[in-house]
Amino acid sequence: MPISKSAYSFSNKKEKFDTHIIVVWVDNEAGVLARVVGLFSGRGYNIESLAVAQVDEKLKISRITIVTTGTPQVVNQIKLQLRKLVPVHKVADFKREDKAVIFKEMALFKIVGPNNKLEGALKACKKYNPILLDKTKKSHVIQITALRREIDKMSKDLKKFGLVSVSRTGAVAMTRGAEIFK
Amino acid sequence: MSKLYSGAEIVFKCMEDQNVDHIFGYPGGAVLPIYDELQNFKSIKHVLVRHEQGAGHAAEGYARSSGKPGVILVTSGPGATNVVTALTDAYMDSIPLVCISGQVPTHLIGTDAFQECDTTGITRPCTKHNWLVKDINDLAETIHKAFEVATTGRPGPVLVDIPKDIQFQKTKYNRPKKEKKLNGKSHNHFNQNSIDELIELMGKSSKPIFYTGGGVINSGPRASELLRELVYATGFPITSTLQGLGSFPGDDNQFLGMLGMHGTYEANNAMHDCDLMINIGARFDDRITGKIDEFSPKSKKVHIDIDPSSINKNVKVDLAIVGDVKTVLSSTLKSLKQKKSKFLKSNKQKTSKWWEKIQKWRSVRSLDYIGSEETIKPQYAIERLYELTKDKDSYITTEVGQHQMWAAQHYKFNKPNRWMTSGGLGTMGYGLPAAVGVQVAHPKKLVIDIAGEASVLMTIQEMSTAVQYNLPIKIFILNNQYMGMVRQWQELLHDKNYSESYTAALPDFVKLAEAYNCVGIRAKTPEELDDKIIEMLNTDRPVIFDCMVDKVENCFPMIPSGKPHNQMILGPKDQENKKITGKGKSLV
Repeated sequence: MPISKSAYSFSNKKEKFDTHIIVVWVDNEAGVLARVVGLFSGRGYNIESLAVAQVDEKLKISRITIVTTGTPQVVNQIKLQLRKLVPVHKVADFKREDKAVIFKEMALFKIVGPNNKLEGALKACKKYNPILLDKTKKSHVIQITALRREIDKMSKDLKKFGLVSVSRTGAVAMTRGAEIFK
Repeated sequence: MSKLYSGAEIVFKCMEDQNVDHIFGYPGGAVLPIYDELQNFKSIKHVLVRHEQGAGHAAEGYARSSGKPGVILVTSGPGATNVVTALTDAYMDSIPLVCISGQVPTHLIGTDAFQECDTTGITRPCTKHNWLVKDINDLAETIHKAFEVATTGRPGPVLVDIPKDIQFQKTKYNRPKKEKKLNGKSHNHFNQNSIDELIELMGKSSKPIFYTGGGVINSGPRASELLRELVYATGFPITSTLQGLGSFPGDDNQFLGMLGMHGTYEANNAMHDCDLMINIGARFDDRITGKIDEFSPKSKKVHIDIDPSSINKNVKVDLAIVGDVKTVLSSTLKSLKQKKSKFLKSNKQKTSKWWEKIQKWRSVRSLDYIGSEETIKPQYAIERLYELTKDKDSYITTEVGQHQMWAAQHYKFNKPNRWMTSGGLGTMGYGLPAAVGVQVAHPKKLVIDIAGEASVLMTIQEMSTAVQYNLPIKIFILNNQYMGMVRQWQELLHDKNYSESYTAALPDFVKLAEAYNCVGIRAKTPEELDDKIIEMLNTDRPVIFDCMVDKVENCFPMIPSGKPHNQMILGPKDQENKKITGKGKSLV
């Protein structure tokens, strides 16, 4: 790229990107998700997946789980910027490699085909505690919960069994053991 | 049973309880109920602007010069969108604003109603927080919270959007309860260890520098006093960002001038070569750091800031102290006195070589320019303006561009809250309405907008506001007929392709002044300049001063693109091997 003289600065740093899971506890009020997501888009941060739901009905607290990638500096900024938002109560940050944290995503697979294929699909999912949610002569809807890359793999593997539709959630996270994040 | 108040009344009840004395606004359909109540609240004066952007900047000028939040009242749709520039400006420069906007009635929201827009959606990224009030019972609490969010922690703008039907509905009003801590958003809990560490670093350093910013101003006048105490107690040199000017006396020997893109040679070189940089309330902005990889490579860096997200955002620091400048400085001074009461004496020897080096840089005299007897040099105009007003405790606002940098370089500020300029967003058209706001807050003081002719035309309509309220603001236009900074960059960096930077059909500013029913004064030669400035200062009415200056003067020194602090371009005087005529020098 030719460098124009009048550009004040160029970025030539190539730093390693890490994957982080950011968990945000927020007041469940109008526009709160837009604030969080807008912060990410406005400052050029990535969102790989997003899961959000109210977790405390009485206090009206929602828990947002965001999978993001960035340099350590960017991830640090994400946390600090999130903490500045008025409806944000606390922010937790976990590295994907972190053994002390459980990450899970859920996926629904719709398989259409002859019986042997349907059976094959269910078998292929066995490792991930499949639940057969719906069953007709021609089709199955199978639910699994697993890691992102495992679901990625299943989405590919199930094609040969007649996979016609995939629906999946973003990741949710929880620490192992008796500890909770404060 | 306690009295019921309408939403519109509650808006003003809240303002009364927040000690609001002036609001800047413009009426319209969706705020008519509020305007209807205005007459019943005598302690609140409304300033009618000519454009909502003007209301925003006026509120900014008011806030910056008084330390109180600026309050804006606008209607829905275009009223709200027009104020977005000012909100963004305030967000970038951390100015506390509370904007009340009208909204279409709740049952019409989302139907593309007349003058409807998604105000909270549009202003979400340019406010600290905003609210759409959908229940009259939430109104009072929301407005009080808005004031709290705007003024606590790192200050900034907030917006409260009030649908018209809510303005009519009635409910009880309760005075705000004593402040509860807001969700932990105000950060002021540094520990003594970091203060001790700072003092240790200060003791070890032989090439220290203070680098201070707008955070010192925002922390209140006491912070500036404490800063002066600390700087004198340490004997360290100090430089300031654009926003921080005035927190330390501009004519003091320890002050190296402003740093950054158009900062002084000594300030930038000292930043580059120092071994200890103490950042107080500044944010390592790109106009300050230059090339970030080569920014002050050999220094330990300390960052004092109230906003945790400012730490390590652009530059990684060795010691971060998150807290209010005032509190941090006061703890630092206390510890310094306890631990190293003779700091100044012991340190003088250690930093003497450093000061020698700084004197060498100073002797370059990087702000000098080649004077002229025929045309008014813009720097000369600012120098004269400064000399003729320095005893008056004047308040200076600016627009954005060359004139802004010349004002920052050549006008010396001795007190905080006297310098109002759009730094972060760089909003042309900021200065005139800001001057309106400053004059409203300080009716008896001299308020000057140092302007460029291109910038000032963006909000010139606010002259009408100044005339209506007898606000004797002085609009001092450095008129070079170019968008000067654009022209300068085109000359230096775009092969002199002056694409669209010349304004071919400017108005006659003297006649324009007359049209607005204020006073127009024009100066064309250096000889008449002083008399004309004095004439302006003696006029107790708004003045537009058309100062015809050299059309092609450039603003130096300058850190060119992608270069670190120690590779500045100096002015033509330096470039021509210091060939100045005796005549020229007399004007320098």
